[in-house]
Amino acid sequence: MSANMVALAYLVASVFFILALKGLSSPESARRGNLFGMVGMAIAVATTLTLTQNWLLILSCIAVGGIIGAIVAQRVQMTAMPELVAFMHSLVGLAAVFIAIAAVNNPVSFGLPETLPAGSKLELFLGTFIGAMTWSGSVIAFLKLSGRMSGTPVVFTGQHMINLLLALIMIGFGLWFFFTDTTNWTAFIAMTVIAFILGFLIIIPIGGADMPVVISMLNSYSGWAAAGIGFSLGNPMLIIAGSLVGSSGAILSYIMCKAMNRPFLSVILGGFGSDGGTTAADSSGEQKTYRSGSAEDAAFLMGNADSVIIVPGYGLAVARAQHAVKELAEMLHEKGVNVRFAIHPVAGRMPGHMNVLLAEAEIPYEQVLEMEEINSDFANTDVVLVLGANDVVNPAANVPGSPIYGMPILDAHKARTVMVVKRSMAVGYAGLDNDLFYMDKTMMIFGDAKKVVESMVKAV
Amino acid sequence: MVGEIDPVIINLTVFVLAIFVGYHVVWNVTPALHTPLMSVTNAISGIILVGAMLAAGPAETDWGVWLGAAAVTLAAINVFGGFLVSQRMLEMFKKKDKKGNV
Repeated sequence: MSANMVALAYLVASVFFILALKGLSSPESARRGNLFGMVGMAIAVATTLTLTQNWLLILSCIAVGGIIGAIVAQRVQMTAMPELVAFMHSLVGLAAVFIAIAAVNNPVSFGLPETLPAGSKLELFLGTFIGAMTWSGSVIAFLKLSGRMSGTPVVFTGQHMINLLLALIMIGFGLWFFFTDTTNWTAFIAMTVIAFILGFLIIIPIGGADMPVVISMLNSYSGWAAAGIGFSLGNPMLIIAGSLVGSSGAILSYIMCKAMNRPFLSVILGGFGSDGGTTAADSSGEQKTYRSGSAEDAAFLMGNADSVIIVPGYGLAVARAQHAVKELAEMLHEKGVNVRFAIHPVAGRMPGHMNVLLAEAEIPYEQVLEMEEINSDFANTDVVLVLGANDVVNPAANVPGSPIYGMPILDAHKARTVMVVKRSMAVGYAGLDNDLFYMDKTMMIFGDAKKVVESMVKAV
Repeated sequence: MVGEIDPVIINLTVFVLAIFVGYHVVWNVTPALHTPLMSVTNAISGIILVGAMLAAGPAETDWGVWLGAAAVTLAAINVFGGFLVSQRMLEMFKKKDKKGNV
């Protein structure tokens, strides 16, 4: 194929990628969008194949990777989506580093001059260091999300100074790499190794609660890594697709930070949040009282209500109670109760995670509403059932001076009756006591979410 | 004029415009589909496969080609895994009848 034909085919593939993202604007068009994405990728790969000579090697590598990918996609649990996504980000990062090393080794095969000009070296530097940081950062995110490493932030004194120092040393090696006329492997390798270490160091201080931001941020990085390699190789396909992904991840990070009311910079600097599960230490020392009830009482109240809003949190997914909840919603629906679900943007461990978990349980998405859509309806609702959520319904967010002041919450406290299913009075990620639990209209139901919901189903 | 422009500038133009397109398209994605968005973009960032194929492409086989081949395998996991898991998720968002049966 001529270079012009290749460029045109890449343009077609890019349009398909844009249509893929556009398709995600509604659940009806989303599957077609995904198909567009596959078509775009097929065009890009087929076109690139005409530029290469080792077809057998390349196609067998694609087959091996493809089979592994297909098996993983088939087997993964929906609760484990954040881990899978982190794992896949790490692959993009590592692939970017490999490509950059191959380009430094043999620039001619990529259509670059025999001795790399300073501009190409700068682009290779960027692609490598973003790729290396994406890889090691994603590995840490994967370990934290899958519980192989504690979600507690790892903090030590002088952490930020060390990171800054390492970054400066890395740039120093980068400069040495640019200004050496021959290929300076020492500088290139030293710079890559430091970028790997920086990726680790930047993610370890970030706590479990901030993982939705981290995973969005790494999504963005993986796109920038692809775009960076695109610049190094002068390949517009990589630049376009990489920028689409990069801006998508950046927007998701912004949305997540806003939903948690946390400045992006403070998330990145880390040190916030723990695994949760410790009891709140009340500084005033006064004993607050709360009312607890049984699942049967709750079922009776819901059965006689006109409207019920269910607020699911990650605790629901941990207890694997989605299917029991679906049954409960269906039974209430048959009794003429208007049942809806209210989703906070950070419910679950990645953006939109809770929607997928509810969809998996075959809860119709028309019943599942976003925070902005449903918040004004809480005041006219008879019963709110909070299942495994805590901070996202904490009215302290409306009190100036509270650590979570300003965080957008679901206004569960405005409903006529609130029922909270929880294992204990333990605090959530933010480490704050929740006044909602002590209100007169609130009934606490202690126990495992799945068991409680199952006994509700029996009693309705 | 086009012949005089440094290719880097052209690439930069493409880069900036693509970011704007991405920005506007992604804001229209419904929040309910943010997880599939992430897995689709994950698959799209598997476009690094193109670069990996170029690295594995030259006929004279040296260690750079093998590194390229490794990158092809990694990127292919991403492409296939990303698109297939998105498909699996999006199937769950199909419209159901009143009783909730598929």
